[in-house]
Amino acid sequence: MSALLFTFFVWLTAATAGFLGALTGLGGGVVLVPVLTLAFGVDIKYAIGASLVSVIATSSGAAAAYVREGYTNIRIGILLEVATTLGAILGAFLAAYLSTHVLAIVFGLVLVHSAWRSLSGNHQDAGPPVESDALAKKLRLAGSYPVEGKRQEYGVRNVPAGFSLMFGAGALSGLLGIGAGVIKVIAMDRAMKIPFKVSTTTSNFMIGVTAAASAGVYLGRGYIEPRLAMPVMLGVLGGAFLGTKVLIKAKVKSLRLIFGGVVLLLAVEMIMNGIRGRI
Amino acid sequence: MGMTDRKLELLVGNLLRVGVLAAAFMVGLGGAAYLAHHHSERVSYKAFQSESAEMRTVPGIWHAALHFHSEGLIQLGLLILIATPVARVALAAIGFYLERDRLYVGVSLFVLAVLVYSMMHAG
Repeated sequence: MSALLFTFFVWLTAATAGFLGALTGLGGGVVLVPVLTLAFGVDIKYAIGASLVSVIATSSGAAAAYVREGYTNIRIGILLEVATTLGAILGAFLAAYLSTHVLAIVFGLVLVHSAWRSLSGNHQDAGPPVESDALAKKLRLAGSYPVEGKRQEYGVRNVPAGFSLMFGAGALSGLLGIGAGVIKVIAMDRAMKIPFKVSTTTSNFMIGVTAAASAGVYLGRGYIEPRLAMPVMLGVLGGAFLGTKVLIKAKVKSLRLIFGGVVLLLAVEMIMNGIRGRI
Repeated sequence: MGMTDRKLELLVGNLLRVGVLAAAFMVGLGGAAYLAHHHSERVSYKAFQSESAEMRTVPGIWHAALHFHSEGLIQLGLLILIATPVARVALAAIGFYLERDRLYVGVSLFVLAVLVYSMMHAG
């Protein structure tokens, strides 16, 4: 394929992934890597590098809008970033030592989880806000967020459990070039009992910082191919921007089902190709 | 929430927006230069061969971009992009310092150190 056509098709694919990722809340990176490797025949290391870059772009782009609304809890974000950035560096180092077959299989398993989350519907608040436990009090993690014009106070629990989950999310992000936002949200709203809306926006804040930690390692190892990263970054950014604009009007439920189905198919393809040694 | 908090949040929001736009502009510029010169070349990324040494280090990328080398411009745009979340952590550290919150100044600086270590590893 000529450079012009290749760039155009990759850009179009990335824009679609960014658009659907924004609408379904799963992010674009999760479908980008399988499509680049399976459909475009790109080596998984280049695909991971390009995807990681686009993850930073969407995180910073979306955060610019969220930060004004006062949902993000910077203390929780910064504290948990200690875990995610260390995990991300470990993951980025591991990516160099694991074979591409293993990477493809691990990626496929993460896709299965994402598909399941998408197909089983939206997971909103686990319950009413809780009191902080002793450690969370010491770390002053409690905060408040706007609910119907008033500020609702909330506490935080199980910091060590959340911290460990975040280390795992960071490692997956560094290993696979994804945002791992789904796991970050689980760590906050399930384990630490933080309100869903605060969890998602704080997770978004953390995704960019986490990805930046492994981006340096990726760059140093030559995973970031500028001619490939260019259409991927511009496409995902544009698609995600458009996605957040139409988010309010779209019928998200049926879209989540279709997207979940696609992700599941990609997962099976990734795992099969990994096992057969074709990736 | 104090006035400094609110101001800092707006500053952070603007910083992110400017950072992403500057990065996208630079990547787009490099991409246009690349396509103008190489549009009909055949491309394949099937086999992984690490990027050239110049495209893997911060000084190398800077050097290539100054010479209006298309791939250097794209990589410079990507470096700006990678720098935006790093700048955000630095701003958070300043914010906590202004609030006299020593614990979180320390936590922010630790995260910043991890990020800088990662970039040093690249260069």
